Amino acid sequence: MPIGPPLLQIQNVQKSYGATQVLRGVDLRVAKGEVVTVIGPSGGGKTTLLRCVNFLESYDNGSIMIDGQEVGYRDVAARKRRSERDLARMRAETGMVFQLFNLFPHLSAAENIMLGLTKVRKLSRREARDKALHWLGRVGLTDKADRLPSELSGGQQQRVGIARAVAMEPKILLLDEITSALDPELVGEVLDVVLSLAAEGMTMLVVTHEIGFARDASHRIVFMAGGAVGADAPPREIFAADQPNERLRGFLGRFTAAHRL
Amino acid sequence: MGYHLNFALIWRHFDKLWSGLILSLELAVVSIGIGCVIGLALAVAYVSGNRLVRGLIAAYVEVIRNVPLLLLVYLVFYGLPTVVDIAYSNTTSFVVTLSAYAGAYLVEVFRSGLDAVPRGLIDAGRSIGLTPGQRLLYVRLPTMLRIALPALSNTFVSLFKDTSVASVIAVPELTYGAQWINFNTFRIMEVYLVVTGLYLVTGYAILIGLRLLERRYAIGR
Repeated sequence: MPIGPPLLQIQNVQKSYGATQVLRGVDLRVAKGEVVTVIGPSGGGKTTLLRCVNFLESYDNGSIMIDGQEVGYRDVAARKRRSERDLARMRAETGMVFQLFNLFPHLSAAENIMLGLTKVRKLSRREARDKALHWLGRVGLTDKADRLPSELSGGQQQRVGIARAVAMEPKILLLDEITSALDPELVGEVLDVVLSLAAEGMTMLVVTHEIGFARDASHRIVFMAGGAVGADAPPREIFAADQPNERLRGFLGRFTAAHRL
Repeated sequence: MGYHLNFALIWRHFDKLWSGLILSLELAVVSIGIGCVIGLALAVAYVSGNRLVRGLIAAYVEVIRNVPLLLLVYLVFYGLPTVVDIAYSNTTSFVVTLSAYAGAYLVEVFRSGLDAVPRGLIDAGRSIGLTPGQRLLYVRLPTMLRIALPALSNTFVSLFKDTSVASVIAVPELTYGAQWINFNTFRIMEVYLVVTGLYLVTGYAILIGLRLLERRYAIGR
């Protein structure tokens, strides 16, 4: 179990869309090197929380700090947003992988990775290409470097998506249901990449419906429902037969029932 | 039915048609070029601008789109020099008019293309730390161009055909050349048949070229 000051500290984060409150005061900490998985029913606020961490969504109340820096606001108390330039700099510190891959369709696999390296990290094209090829190798796609996303399978596209995020050397990696849009036989190749990154100490906050992956790969599992954290414990306790949280027990029960079908 | 087709006179004056066709293409290329600059600039201004900017651009688009091109050509060539102190050749006058006309149509093509860029791609650009300007340059515009290409092809071919309107102010393009031959030889049917063929072949060639480009840059699903 890694110890240390929290790399990511979420405190009392609240967010509403109009009259609907989707986050009702969420607290969550992720230490450096830790893999934390967020599970829970759809509409429970998991994805919204993840999108708040790199300020793809703003939050109305509370604080999200990465490495001691507030993510979206230069003055939290006064709710003064950072400038767009400042936000871009902050977002470069977090990597994100999306459910629908979101690869740039006009760029090859290598170019997808190179864009952030050249424009944000200011590497030369040559350095960026070397780095892109290194990461494509890590996800097993060296031979697909010059292919367009449309020429790749879903699993391959998602591995490029992971490489694009990791090549930026983010402090924390955010994974948003990254296997939900994949054919079942392609899920394994993507999760293998994530496991290898976790083994190297990459800090990760993972939203997933892969309960088995959550159990095997994470240091802690957070159960979110109704916009709040219902449980936050190591997998062993989450899956314990005497789990006190009834809602969580119901959720896990439905899940295992569905998997037996 | 005493009319006998006789193309001999047409071929004798074919150089008029050929130079007319070249000028038609030049008018189209220059106007489309300027129109693209106007359209792109205004489309970007529209999607990132406030209500006033949007209102002004929408007004420009609606005015141009709801007034016949022929009338715009008259207004710019005959009307404008009477109120402001400018002088320009009929060709320049037509290029100005067709460019403004093309711009209005192309704003719409580019604007709807920008709207159609998937939100997730913009999120991806944000997540790797691109600034708004970089996202526009490296993500939104290249994706938009690929989405807009089919609509762009149709607009380009339309604008090529619209150059025939320039004949009303004696710009010696293809239709004007046809009129000249008509007035001087009275071979009405022959000359318009030949010119129809020229427009058809050229327009179709442009379309095929653009379709090949579309296939080359198509965004696979």
